[in-house]
Amino acid sequence: MSATTPRQDFLRGVWRENPVLVQTLGMCPTLAVTNTVANCVAMGLATTLVLVFSCVLVAWWKKRIPNEVRITAFVLIIATFVTVADMLIEGLSPTVHRALGPFIALIVVNCIILARQEAFAAKNPVGRAALDALGSGFGFTIALFLMGVVREGLGAGTLLGVRVMPAAFQPWGVMMMPPGGFLTLAMVLLVVRTLERRKAERRRAAAGAPGSAKEAA
Amino acid sequence: MNDHPLMILLLAAVVNNFTLTLFLGICAFIGVSSKVDTALRMGAADTFVLVLTAVAVWFLNRFVLAETPYLRIIAFIVVIAGLVQIVEMIIKKASPTLFRELGIYLPLITTNCAILALAVMQTARGYTLLQGVAFGVGAGLGLTLALLLMASIRERLDLAAVPRTAKGTAIVLVVAGCLSLAFMGFAGLFTAS
Repeated sequence: MSATTPRQDFLRGVWRENPVLVQTLGMCPTLAVTNTVANCVAMGLATTLVLVFSCVLVAWWKKRIPNEVRITAFVLIIATFVTVADMLIEGLSPTVHRALGPFIALIVVNCIILARQEAFAAKNPVGRAALDALGSGFGFTIALFLMGVVREGLGAGTLLGVRVMPAAFQPWGVMMMPPGGFLTLAMVLLVVRTLERRKAERRRAAAGAPGSAKEAA
Repeated sequence: MNDHPLMILLLAAVVNNFTLTLFLGICAFIGVSSKVDTALRMGAADTFVLVLTAVAVWFLNRFVLAETPYLRIIAFIVVIAGLVQIVEMIIKKASPTLFRELGIYLPLITTNCAILALAVMQTARGYTLLQGVAFGVGAGLGLTLALLLMASIRERLDLAAVPRTAKGTAIVLVVAGCLSLAFMGFAGLFTAS
């Protein structure tokens, strides 16, 4: 763990330990606000912002936070930055603020943030904690974006409000509604699991066969 | 008509079911729904905390936060964490058996987004104390109903032949999608706006 390069710190959260797709954390926002791509991007960026700032603060103050009350302290730090993000979004775009509704406040209880603080930021220097948080934030945003593309694309035939499906396409209204969220996430998880399993099998086959698969990787 | 406490209770319990139509408390919904009796207990604990939160939030909004709306999120989360701690202590003292059975799920209620969402939504809609309590009870019943339904389906699911890749979260989400589809039928229950 301590022998990772900065690049690995960042990339770990983006794909191999993607918070949503692999660790299945932060499911509530993943399901709730992904009906349009615009909402997904806004939510992803807001969460990344809170994640990075609160992880940096925790890494910076880790010696000063007593161990017994660390969870409370972490949650208070998160709540402070969520308040900042809430005001920022309200000031920048009231439309987005209305669309995300209570889910901005709910970034506080997004388990991804507490998980990164507890598992990484509380034990590592500021720079690495920032990279790790940025990676997880990007991973989260990518997962949301994937969900949004599927749901908006099938549910309304548009992406970011621009029509992409042929005119004859009959939108699947249900994809924009709650059941679509559950079903889309199930499908996305299935695809990711299948890809991961294929990769593992290929690696096993390569390790079993005499040859230099290492150089190719 | 929609402001009547009973109406709020019904709306929160079925039409706008917290778990299946608003996606709140999904972590507990997926994590604690493998056995019916655990699900029932979890639902009961959730409901209890939801009602207490509704009361506490009303007091906060009325007497503390009227002048300082920017402290809302911080105040809510601190109050919720404190409430859960108190409930934990009471249950530990009153019924050690129940305490042991609930285990880790009790402190985890703090991070159940349904609780914070209740506080935020109640504030946004400006509910009175009675309306708030009705909202809390309704939301709790809705959560319990969703947990129970899911747990009973999952107990059967254990015996079904599920593809290896879909085992675990993926199949639970498919089932949740079907349940959510069914709950959409409740949307036509009340036509009065």
